[in-house]
Amino acid sequence: MAASTNVAKPALFVRPTWQTGLLSWLTTIDHKKLGILYITSSFLFLALASIEAFIMRLQLMRPGQDLVSPDAFNQLFTMHGVSMVFLAIMPLGIGFANYFVPLMIGARDLAFPRLNAFGYWVYAFGGLMIYTSFFLGGAPDIGWTGYAPNTTLSANPGLGVDFYMFGLFISGIGTTATGMNLIVTIINMRAPGMTFMRMPVFVWMMLITSFMIIFAFPPLTVAFLQVILDRTFGTLFYVPSAGALPILWQHLFWIFGHPEVYIIILPAFGLISEMIPTFSRKPLFGYPVMILASILIAFMGFAVWSHHMFTTGLGPVVNTAFSLTSFIIGIPTGVKIFNWLGTLWGGSIRFTTPLMYSLAFIITFTLGGITGIMVAMPTFDAQVHDTYFVVAHFHYAMGGGALLTFLGGVHYWFPKITGKMIDERMGKVAFWFIVIGFHTIFFPQHLAGLQGMPRRIQTYPAGIGLELWNFMSTFGTFIMGIGLVIFAYNLVKAFRSGAPAGNDPWDGRTLEWATSSPPPYYDFAVQPVVNSLDAFWAYKHPETLHVEAIDPRKAGKEYDAHGVHIPGQSWYPILGSLAIIVGSYGLIYDNLVLAIVSGVFFIFTVFGWAFEGVGGHHLHPELEGERA
Amino acid sequence: MRIGWLWRALPGAALMFVLSGCALEGEQSVFSPVGPLASEQLGLFMYTWYLSIPVFLLVAGVMVYVLVRYRRRRGDDSIPGQTHGNVLLEVVWTTIPVIIVILIAVPTVRSIFRTQSFVEAGDGDVAVTVTGYQWWWKFDYPQYGITTANELHVPVGARLVLDLESGDVLHAFWAPRLGGKVDLIPNQDNQLWLQANEPGVYYGQCAELCLGAHAYMRFRIVVEEQEAFERWVASFQQPVVQTVSSDPLFEQGRALFAQKGCIGCHALDNYAEGVSYGQPQFPDLTNFGLRNTVGAGVLDATLDNVAQWIMDPQSVKPGNRMPTLWAADDPNREQEARAIAAYLLSLGTQQRAADAGNTLAMGALGGN
Repeated sequence: MAASTNVAKPALFVRPTWQTGLLSWLTTIDHKKLGILYITSSFLFLALASIEAFIMRLQLMRPGQDLVSPDAFNQLFTMHGVSMVFLAIMPLGIGFANYFVPLMIGARDLAFPRLNAFGYWVYAFGGLMIYTSFFLGGAPDIGWTGYAPNTTLSANPGLGVDFYMFGLFISGIGTTATGMNLIVTIINMRAPGMTFMRMPVFVWMMLITSFMIIFAFPPLTVAFLQVILDRTFGTLFYVPSAGALPILWQHLFWIFGHPEVYIIILPAFGLISEMIPTFSRKPLFGYPVMILASILIAFMGFAVWSHHMFTTGLGPVVNTAFSLTSFIIGIPTGVKIFNWLGTLWGGSIRFTTPLMYSLAFIITFTLGGITGIMVAMPTFDAQVHDTYFVVAHFHYAMGGGALLTFLGGVHYWFPKITGKMIDERMGKVAFWFIVIGFHTIFFPQHLAGLQGMPRRIQTYPAGIGLELWNFMSTFGTFIMGIGLVIFAYNLVKAFRSGAPAGNDPWDGRTLEWATSSPPPYYDFAVQPVVNSLDAFWAYKHPETLHVEAIDPRKAGKEYDAHGVHIPGQSWYPILGSLAIIVGSYGLIYDNLVLAIVSGVFFIFTVFGWAFEGVGGHHLHPELEGERA
Repeated sequence: MRIGWLWRALPGAALMFVLSGCALEGEQSVFSPVGPLASEQLGLFMYTWYLSIPVFLLVAGVMVYVLVRYRRRRGDDSIPGQTHGNVLLEVVWTTIPVIIVILIAVPTVRSIFRTQSFVEAGDGDVAVTVTGYQWWWKFDYPQYGITTANELHVPVGARLVLDLESGDVLHAFWAPRLGGKVDLIPNQDNQLWLQANEPGVYYGQCAELCLGAHAYMRFRIVVEEQEAFERWVASFQQPVVQTVSSDPLFEQGRALFAQKGCIGCHALDNYAEGVSYGQPQFPDLTNFGLRNTVGAGVLDATLDNVAQWIMDPQSVKPGNRMPTLWAADDPNREQEARAIAAYLLSLGTQQRAADAGNTLAMGALGGN
């Protein structure tokens, strides 16, 4: 018997086996399908966040406009921030990780495939749930940081805050689950021979990121829960009239929030560290230093949170401490920039679209780093905190840093995901529009901030020197908007009629290029075996790395003696997520019956999930072909 | 067409402005300091700015050089040397940021303690308790026992020691030309000291999201000579009702002010007689006639503007909490609002008459 099926367990739902069609996506546990779902969902939220940003820029184009009311404006910047941070850029990194971490370490899936599906569905439903608030009485208007006591019932009786708290609380559960999943996967499921120091840098960054996720999200979850309890059950954690100290929220939020910045940027660092070596045809310069620097950044990332709070009256001693820890982060970050330049130095540089995004990243992120050092000085931060200077700074770091890199990453990995090439010429046209637009939007914002423009204001007076910067900034959104439209069109075009990519279009260095494009659902026909960093490059050009050539596509047959285990699909992840969401609506609308019914159903799905077992079947791709 | 012109001029203008900080001066600009705090903050920025230029040029320069020098030529399929790293280089480029960080950290730490240490208000200092409300500012002067709103008076050169509190949500007190901001947080006493060495009227604004009309929560700091400041303080001791004209408009306004219920919320302190009206959580209107602006720094306090504000507050400051007192089709609303405005602008104005020629007292009453 080639395929061994697990003994049937009692379950309410018949184990789904769809390979194609909508139902296959809803019940999938395949890391590649989930990765695609993550990436496309991220782009959906990215589009919504961009539209919100565009409306805000139109409102701010000239002083004293009233295109949108102050209330609507507050909702727009809140949803823009929430979408970009929680629903677009962070899940984009997680989506790439979902798809490529198993491929890069030579594994067949993540360690817990159903947990992975659950993580995706709670993220997607949580995000959609927040967006439904636009049609249910108004979106949250508290900024993405949701500071207390703006979130108390007396200050904010509408339901927007509840949607923010529940939605992010829920999607945070998914992120935490995925973080644990990635840690277990990366530690346990690397290909034979792939020691930690032979691991691709992107995988290293995802390992570090995942550790940050599991340490950073709990304080945020606690803070969300406190506000949920305040608003739903009448506790007084953040009610000033009862003597609460609302500053507590800021501590809890930022001890999550600063690591979150690195949770967003480290996957981008990883991606840069894959793209630059590939297109320079050189290994990453200073690989161990790069990893050490990232670990240091991640570790220090938990020791800088109060630099977001320099103006809250913590006193000179605390401000000094957090200022110095923040400066220290500048050192490993600088080292990373130099090492990327060192990788390019002496290389054979090929100007592809992904490389151009990488280069734009280096310049933009350096600027964001410089302003980062500036805002880490409490004395000066007192002037620019909560102004457009800070807005410009973090858009340079997260937009110019992470987002530009991920756009490059789409160009880099699209051929692997779809088997088709993206048009390079149109990709470069889009690149120039996006990058020039980006800097036209955000560079003037530094100057607006220095000239006294606070952030999160719906309008500003004429005559204090803000007109030109705001006009430029709005003008830039048109340029960048055109770029994003070309980018999207280019993707659609490539998807429909892109040239065939082949397995290894970029002369890649890591294992994902060793399998076919797109990869089969079991990822690798044979368990790859690794004897070097840049394993696939080492096979193609062994002499350059002074190693023996091991064909990762053939070497590890003995590891597959029992066949490749393909876990079974499942209904429970999506149903459990749905139960959580429906229950949240129940709590938001004080409908306890709905909440309790959903809760009971959720418990049922957990039991169903547990008793269903991993399921699935074994197959021998080489002997049996695709399906056993 | 206009946009086209602007676009062509932009890169040059941006470069020019960036290179010369002076072009960035403005009413609310960090580049126009008038006191020691703002000067120190700007000085630290400029210091870091000059340090950062070589850093950026180094990164950009190396990148451009590398891209030109090592770009792949057409048809070249050679594999470059697979260099994995260089310990000496790593040490060098770890040391460079360490040195830069130390160069920045030392002056930063010194300035933190100079600017953010707790100070006791002593002789010659002016102590003010600032309380933020959605969306206006209350200023109490404990030394003088007076309260005002949205406009802070201070003698030139005196140190202003602010005790920052909040009556509802978070706010931040920010007057960029005098110094950086500090947040106003419920159940927490924060402190900020400021000083201005030049007389003038300086802009300020709330810098921490406080929902609704946050963008319109502005204020002014009036820095004036010692004698003018003393006269301003003394004016609070005058009887509250001041009419500088026999115009019946003022009497009508005074009657309407009570009749329309304004007095139910707005404080109007009669210090001379020891009587106080209104409630403390609404903007104090004592000596309103001496103010430069109405609506928390939103409009200049001219008769037209004040009347417009009273007649239709939402048209001036969307989201604010002042009720609209007249139905939109009320034929009397313009006239009545104007009467109340005239009355309010007369409060404290015997002082204005005494100050004739003082540029800080605005001719709010126009022809009167």
